[in-house]
Amino acid sequence: MNITRLFTAHRRPLLVGFLILLMAFVFTFPLYGGAYPTRVLTTMLMYTVLAVSWVMFSGTTGYMSLAPAAFFGIGIYSTALLQHYLPFPVIIIVGGLISFALAVLLGLVTLRLKGIYFTIFSFGLVVFIGNTVNYVEADIFGRHGWYFDALDRATLLYAMLGLAVVTVLAAYFISRSRLGLAMQSIGGNEEAAEHMGVNTTRIKVLTFAISAIFMGAAGVILAPSLSYSNPSIAFSVTYSFIPIVAAVFGGMGQLHGPVIGALVFGFLEKTLRAQLLTYFMLGFGIIMVVVILFLPNGLVGLASMLRDRLGGVISKVRNGSDGEQHANT
Amino acid sequence: MRILECQGVTKFFGGLAAVSNVDFHVDQGEIVGLIGPNGAGKTTLFNLVAGTFPLSSGEIKFKGRKLSGLKPHRICQMGIARTFQETKVFANMPVLQNVLVGAFFGTPTHVSGAAAAREATQSLEFVGLSAMGATPISDLTLANQKRVEVARALATKPELLLLDELMAGLTPTEVGEAMELVTRIRDKGITVVMVEHVMKAIMGVSGRVMVLHHGEKLAEGTCNEISCNKTVIDVYLGKESNAGS
Repeated sequence: MNITRLFTAHRRPLLVGFLILLMAFVFTFPLYGGAYPTRVLTTMLMYTVLAVSWVMFSGTTGYMSLAPAAFFGIGIYSTALLQHYLPFPVIIIVGGLISFALAVLLGLVTLRLKGIYFTIFSFGLVVFIGNTVNYVEADIFGRHGWYFDALDRATLLYAMLGLAVVTVLAAYFISRSRLGLAMQSIGGNEEAAEHMGVNTTRIKVLTFAISAIFMGAAGVILAPSLSYSNPSIAFSVTYSFIPIVAAVFGGMGQLHGPVIGALVFGFLEKTLRAQLLTYFMLGFGIIMVVVILFLPNGLVGLASMLRDRLGGVISKVRNGSDGEQHANT
Repeated sequence: MRILECQGVTKFFGGLAAVSNVDFHVDQGEIVGLIGPNGAGKTTLFNLVAGTFPLSSGEIKFKGRKLSGLKPHRICQMGIARTFQETKVFANMPVLQNVLVGAFFGTPTHVSGAAAAREATQSLEFVGLSAMGATPISDLTLANQKRVEVARALATKPELLLLDELMAGLTPTEVGEAMELVTRIRDKGITVVMVEHVMKAIMGVSGRVMVLHHGEKLAEGTCNEISCNKTVIDVYLGKESNAGS
């Protein structure tokens, strides 16, 4: 039991230590990890960015957005259009800002809708933007897709790691700020929030746009490893569903839920799918159904459930042995 | 001084006039009761004052300023707070956080974290729930959830408080406590308008009563005048409850 006590008493330093080790691992990974595993790790971090930024808005306010693919695609296109003109770090920022601006615009129009109507509309946006870009690109400029300049895979991994850390930190600080409280009040009861002085429209649009920054930036960083892209690749609706799947899988209640969900989902998807092809998605579908049915708080919920069970068993065993001792004496 | 003035207030839902041509005013520092049968338009009138939806016609003035066209959050920041008939607490937060929302956002000026925390704690203490700040709100009884709504409204530092059926569904003891709470709110200098079906409570605390029926103002006056008014007895009170006042 001393180990459990050690963990609870020194939780914060242990956590920080663990995170530093984890980051050291990611940093040194390209040295010995090989090309494909490095890409897997980059993808896992990208899913983390998508899942955490999705939960930042949808998890707290309860507005289920299917728009991530739109912002992600904007990011990919930022790289496509700007790669010969601006240095990569600047493109990351520009891609984030363009997504932010677009999200403000879209938010002002769509966030008047509630519930399933907002969800469907946000999904429609992805299709609409993808098709518009396709039309402009193919029919007006007569272009068929874009090629990307190759970038060192270690650079991409570090960029994605940096973005993931920034996203998680932003989510953490927002959840503890007054903006976070306002968002939560909207998720709790929007009408009441409005009558308590919360400018709900402004808060919703602002958070929607902030979360879009990270989605757009993730698209910018992914782009070079695609080597080729066109509208149907860049605006693939998959990128709208990945963050939801990862967040539900990991658990949306706390910040580490979507992080763990995204890392595990990304790892399983990229390593298993290469070998098992479609069987993976079939199997994962079943896993998702089981998670949704039995683990409303996702993997994180499973961990705390096991801890409770285990704690119960341990104390039962201890009490049992105490009881026996008493019986013997 | 008149804190709230309504002139010709009308609200149509489709072809139905939920509130029709209602004139009334509220003086600073009084408790006004708003009664009437179900569907009389009491809550709609509250919603119009609080800005939930716009007026079809008429005018509402708060401290001489027109409210029409203002969003609910602006009206709240101007000094009108409300509670809800069916409690609308933030179910995803503990009790204190619920009140903090009001403290942070309910005033026109920027509130520091420390000041908001102080305001929220004081409001909770005022309604007698200071021990429950960390409790998940869903663990509270209906009576206490309604108290949290009052605390949350008070944390916005209102001058006018709209209480929508604060006592509905409460036990007689809880009704007594709620009446005492309403009186204390008035003593703080906050004007109160309350919608209520519990006649004992209305007659016990309000100085003036307005009766709505089919969206129209049926009568207005002191508790005694209302409880003896023949039309009011016919459409709402009935013969028996007259004795109860």
